[in-house]
Amino acid sequence: MAVRTLINLIFLALLLLPGCKTAQWNNPYRAQDQQLDVIYTSFQERPKELDPVKSYNAAEYEFIAQIYEPPLQYHFLKRPYELIPLAAQQLPTRTYYDQQGEILADDVDPALVAYTEYVVTIQDDIRYQPHQALAKDQHDKYVYHDLSMDDLESVHVLSDLPVQGTRQLTAHDYVYQIKRLAHPNLHSPLAGLLANYIVGFADYREQVLTAMEQTPGQWLDLTDIAMEGVLALDELRYSIRVQGVYPQFIYWLSMPFFAPIPWEADKFYSQAGMKERNLSFDWYPIGTGPYMLTENNPNLRMVLEKNPNFHGERYPSEGEAEDLAAGLLQDAGQAMPFVDKVVFSLEKESIPYWNKFMQGYYDTSGISSDSFDQSVELNSQGQFALTDEMRSKGISLSSAVATSLYYLGFNMRDPVVGGLDERAQLLRRAISIAVDYDEFISIFRNGRGVPAQGPIPPGIFGYEAGEAGHNPYIYEWRNNQLQRRSLEHAKALMTQAGYAQGIDQETGKPLILYFDTVSRGADTKALLNWMVKQFAKIDIQLVIRGTDGNRFFDKLNQGTFQIYQLGWNADYPDPENFFFLLYGPNSILVSKGQNYSNYENPEFDRLFDQMKNIENSPLRLEIIKKMNDIVRADAPWVFAFNPKSYSLSHSWYKNVKPNLMANNTMKYKRVDAQQRAQARQQWNSPIVWPLYALLLLLLLLIVPAVRGFYQRERATGL
Amino acid sequence: MISYIIRRVLYAIPILIGINVITFLLFFVVNSPDDMAMSQLGQKYTTEQQIEDWKRERGYHLPLFHNPSVTGMAQLQETIFYQKSVRLFVFDFGSSDSGRDISYDISQRMWPSLAIAIPNLLVGLLVTISFALLIAFFRATYIDYWSVIICVALMSISTLFYIIGGQFVVGKLMRIVPISGYDIGLEAIKFLLLPVIIGIISGIGASTRWYRTIFLEEMNKDYVRTARSKGVSETRVMFAHVLRNAMIPILTGVVVVLPLLFMGSLLTENFFGIPGLGSYTIDAINRQDFAIVRSMVYLGSVLYIIGLLLTDISYTLVDPRIRLS
Amino acid sequence: MPFQPVILITDALFFLLTAVLVIFVLMIRTRPHLKRPWQKVIQRSTGAVSLCVLLTYYAVALLDSMHFHPRLDTQVAAEYQYANEIVSVLDVIMTPMRTQVEKTFSAPLSAYSFSKEMIQYDDGRVEHVYPRLKYGGAHLSDPGIEKLADLGQLLLRGIALGLFGWAVIMGTFILLSTASSGQALKHQLHTMIKDKSDYPIGAVSVTLGLIAVLIASSMVVGSQYHLFGTDKVGQDVFYQAIKSIRTGVLIGALTTLVMLPVAIILGSMAGFFRGWVDDVIQYIYTTLNSIPNVLLIAASVLLIQVYMNNNADSFDSLTERADMRLLFLCLILGITSWTGLCRLLRAETFKLREMEYIQAATAFGVSKYKILARHIMPNFMHIVLITVVIDFSGLVLAEAVLSYINIGVDPATNSWGNMINQARLEMAREPVVWWSLSAAFIFMFVLVLFANLFADVVRDALDPRVSGSD
Repeated sequence: MAVRTLINLIFLALLLLPGCKTAQWNNPYRAQDQQLDVIYTSFQERPKELDPVKSYNAAEYEFIAQIYEPPLQYHFLKRPYELIPLAAQQLPTRTYYDQQGEILADDVDPALVAYTEYVVTIQDDIRYQPHQALAKDQHDKYVYHDLSMDDLESVHVLSDLPVQGTRQLTAHDYVYQIKRLAHPNLHSPLAGLLANYIVGFADYREQVLTAMEQTPGQWLDLTDIAMEGVLALDELRYSIRVQGVYPQFIYWLSMPFFAPIPWEADKFYSQAGMKERNLSFDWYPIGTGPYMLTENNPNLRMVLEKNPNFHGERYPSEGEAEDLAAGLLQDAGQAMPFVDKVVFSLEKESIPYWNKFMQGYYDTSGISSDSFDQSVELNSQGQFALTDEMRSKGISLSSAVATSLYYLGFNMRDPVVGGLDERAQLLRRAISIAVDYDEFISIFRNGRGVPAQGPIPPGIFGYEAGEAGHNPYIYEWRNNQLQRRSLEHAKALMTQAGYAQGIDQETGKPLILYFDTVSRGADTKALLNWMVKQFAKIDIQLVIRGTDGNRFFDKLNQGTFQIYQLGWNADYPDPENFFFLLYGPNSILVSKGQNYSNYENPEFDRLFDQMKNIENSPLRLEIIKKMNDIVRADAPWVFAFNPKSYSLSHSWYKNVKPNLMANNTMKYKRVDAQQRAQARQQWNSPIVWPLYALLLLLLLLIVPAVRGFYQRERATGL
Repeated sequence: MISYIIRRVLYAIPILIGINVITFLLFFVVNSPDDMAMSQLGQKYTTEQQIEDWKRERGYHLPLFHNPSVTGMAQLQETIFYQKSVRLFVFDFGSSDSGRDISYDISQRMWPSLAIAIPNLLVGLLVTISFALLIAFFRATYIDYWSVIICVALMSISTLFYIIGGQFVVGKLMRIVPISGYDIGLEAIKFLLLPVIIGIISGIGASTRWYRTIFLEEMNKDYVRTARSKGVSETRVMFAHVLRNAMIPILTGVVVVLPLLFMGSLLTENFFGIPGLGSYTIDAINRQDFAIVRSMVYLGSVLYIIGLLLTDISYTLVDPRIRLS
Repeated sequence: MPFQPVILITDALFFLLTAVLVIFVLMIRTRPHLKRPWQKVIQRSTGAVSLCVLLTYYAVALLDSMHFHPRLDTQVAAEYQYANEIVSVLDVIMTPMRTQVEKTFSAPLSAYSFSKEMIQYDDGRVEHVYPRLKYGGAHLSDPGIEKLADLGQLLLRGIALGLFGWAVIMGTFILLSTASSGQALKHQLHTMIKDKSDYPIGAVSVTLGLIAVLIASSMVVGSQYHLFGTDKVGQDVFYQAIKSIRTGVLIGALTTLVMLPVAIILGSMAGFFRGWVDDVIQYIYTTLNSIPNVLLIAASVLLIQVYMNNNADSFDSLTERADMRLLFLCLILGITSWTGLCRLLRAETFKLREMEYIQAATAFGVSKYKILARHIMPNFMHIVLITVVIDFSGLVLAEAVLSYINIGVDPATNSWGNMINQARLEMAREPVVWWSLSAAFIFMFVLVLFANLFADVVRDALDPRVSGSD
């Protein structure tokens, strides 16, 4: 009898379930948050560091760029990318000095310049987010700067220390951070690079080491040790001296590396017992930006909330011509940020990620190769457009060619593929034609990329579209479009180089080349097969040597490789950031630089030195053209492709414009929570009938089972 | 009894030392600290100076076993072996290669793992035991025959298929529960529903078959026959005698796995985005964070040994015939 | 020579294993007391049918283990040049499927690509359509109308071929068995048809027929269509699933080959000598056993990777590298799985040691090692065999899981784990790309299911203690 009642109850419950339409069953967030002004987005891997001194990848910038404010930023809407002040009042002033410390004119010959001085003036109304490190008591003493182990006994999260404080941002804080960049224990990825540029940076490391040895185990106040080239002039101005001329330096000032850090926070976090409790810059950043990190649970979710002390910033009122029509200027002049809270949920697997986006639980999504066909198709004009399904959901598509380049590099010191002699040059060109990256883009990237024509990707000064910018050795310009040169042409080049039919005419042996690669992930196999096939087209046998990342870089370091594949992401929108990858003195074998191909062409190097130091101008373009011509003829790289990134966003997500340089874009975003709630409701009504079917099936099975039970019971009972 | 337990605990010590040495050999002798530094620091502008700094800060610059540059006990203490491995004995896991406190991470991630593992185990036991009992009841009929075949078939399906299929049907097509995620407190239930159900279904085949054999073995024993011949009804035989006595092997089997529940499920947690110890381990493996993998290996081993100990104790508790020798 | 043979290390081990198996079978045939339980296994229809299926898988794996460099067309100084790539006999048999690579996804048996593309006609007209495949159903002029009929025709041809093959096999079998039994052909046929034989000839012949028809028709249809569609880069999924058989079988079989000597020697020594030998061996396996398996495997695989990268020059080609990794994986799995068997054998030796005949042998002064080899080892062989058969299916399943965590076989190796790993992302597509996953599922499921069923039968037959229970 009891069983029957139970079954009845379950039945009743199931019948009632479809009746409760108030919330979606599959809503991964709490129901009460439905109507709030919140952005829902995701992160794939827990951020390794959130300390601006160490952070150097997009996943971490996603958070800290919203929190920290370096002096400069990129304009949200304007293209080409333009630097504008963020914490600074205006762009920094620049002065050239000679050996004797005399000021030089702006248009002086760069060779005469001993160092360049930049002076940054910051705004006077910026205050830090409320933070324990800045808390003071009524005697103006810091509350938490002298904590003993006992005080920390019951502290597990920062909010266990109740008092918070704030103070005004000063130029000293910026100087402090630059000193931290040089600190040997902080391992800033930029330390090696900056040591070449900032005056006194390299020495500073030694100074800190000495000081640390003198007072072992104690916190070292970096304000006590001066860095020669970096000085706070007063509360709002500081200067940075850079060796010689390095016009690209100013771009670094827009990266979180140059954000301010108050000395109080460094002192606070360096107290004994803090690190063991995860009380550190990595867990509790302290910034002046529009948002602050209020929940840091990298295993589950990260939450940014509005910084109550934010100094205020207004949405830009000018942009590109089409921005007005696209509705990107509707918020012009409004106070930012628009959204109270940003929730990042951990999403490691791409399937749940994509499905949740489609169900309306994420506001925006990148498109992986696997979801591409579903969301995007070619329209009648031959351009990618959203599928009907996507459009009916009100999803919009935005795309941008990334300022990145993938390339297949040759080792220029290799006896077979390397060298500037004609034979090797022809071989490399033949390979460049044979390795069909047009096909690669369509197979492996679903068309999400453009075949690269040279070292400079689109969006960077010096890139030329159309016929003017095509690589004449690999492509032809026919019927107003790019046409890859034919295989016959490549084979002819091979014959000319003395490798007719893939046989080295000098030795009589077949030509075997080695390709070093990092083999990882599920796609690797298909990719490598494809690569072997490409070389086989011109009768070259390709042997693939797969290793892991470290070993791969070891090989590059030692120059024991023939062909490799790499990519480069622009640090800043300047051609120098790409050409320096081919600059002779920057060779990995010469100076451990990033010229992994060890390409060294004196003429190219001469032009590089010239190009590096001048402003964007027709003259500079002229030089860049010459450099492009040299590189294309020498073909030290097969210019593979510039990736194109697509992203989708729901109709309630406003002010979307891809900006590949800026990371602090969260403040520009706006959501329509009402509309989102409706859409979710509409898209997520559960389908319950299979449950009923299952239940019915169970019942059908139970009936004969029960009958059998009684029969058997009776049978054995007899 | 107490002396028995003490003896067993003492016996565990050499095993722990062995584990410690094995993990140490595995992680430090083959894999050089330089490699670790490289993979943690990234490649874009890394210099050798930075690698040295990284190693010094993490204590990887020390020699492996013996440090001739210092004197006395410090010769043994100022080594990677002492600093990194011996400390595991007192559960001082130190910080991960990326600089986070491992003990804290473990204490945080333990709970979601348990939140899946415990309902999975309990409900799973209930379901499989009732199925097995039912099958044993209908022994030697077509129900028995086909049930065993179905069990074998269920066993032959990879867990991956259960998870992928379940997520696809229930999460995507039926939209009944969130596809993945986790939350704290009662909110967690909607996230746990699907992984727990999938966990139970994927385990049903093997366990049911296993329990069935236990029941059958028990049913062939003399006392059951005696009970039956006395005219005790079949239902009563099943519940009062067979189930009761079969509980001994079943429970002791369960006790072994109890401590290991902490370790979480690698697959389920990763697929459903549940922040437990299983996904922690996988992340560490994928990021080649050896400090974490080493700690988890050690923790897992300790828990296994505890499990063995509990099993021995529970044997003696449920079956007084077993002597403590 | 038209080819240059290559023997990879796993190939060599696999051949060794095959030789061991053949010798084992020949040995058993001459010893009635060993023959009897195995007779019992194949007298059960489940056992015989499972064995047929397993042997088919094994044969495929064997064919796929015969590797060589094919010859190139070019000749230098009258010397043949050989290609760098390594192919197997199976690759040659499946050549159309191996080489007919489409551009991207296509559904099973489809003549069209799965995703739309721009097609530019000669008159400059541009259309956005599902393009025809380069190979799949390419011989049809209008697939919409002709495909079904064509498929039916191919299927019939395949079935006919399969039945013919089956008839040949059965004929040979009947003739051979007649010859060996010394009975008249008529009498033999009579027993078979009336199903009076001790062996489940009916079930076996149906199974063989099914296998023959399946192989033949999939080859025939597969040469014109993509039986299970194509994957992301247009490779035939059916071909991949078949290629994965070698990985699955190898992991299941080689692992046991690797672990057996260790487990047998240590297990019997511990049980026989007792004392400190026993203590040491027990200590070793308890310690190894305490480390969670997955973690031990993960740690070892990570380290093997590091080792292989440090010594990258010894593993020049990707194939050799992948092969080494497969071998190492087997070794590592062996290390984690020998402990269970070792424990069982120790207990069994313990028991056997107290038997009277052993006591007697000891009293007669027979040397200890002789006793171990002559009297103890043969008597626990059934335990070894049962364990091997039971472990096999578990290992095949483990491969898939390990691949998911990226600690399985090399990503360049064909394996079901890698297929699943790749295909699970495709489940997010709309419409769903289900065929890669299904193909991996079916091939893996069949192998594991029959391995499990076979294990059951073997256990029933070999274990003297049980009949239907553990």
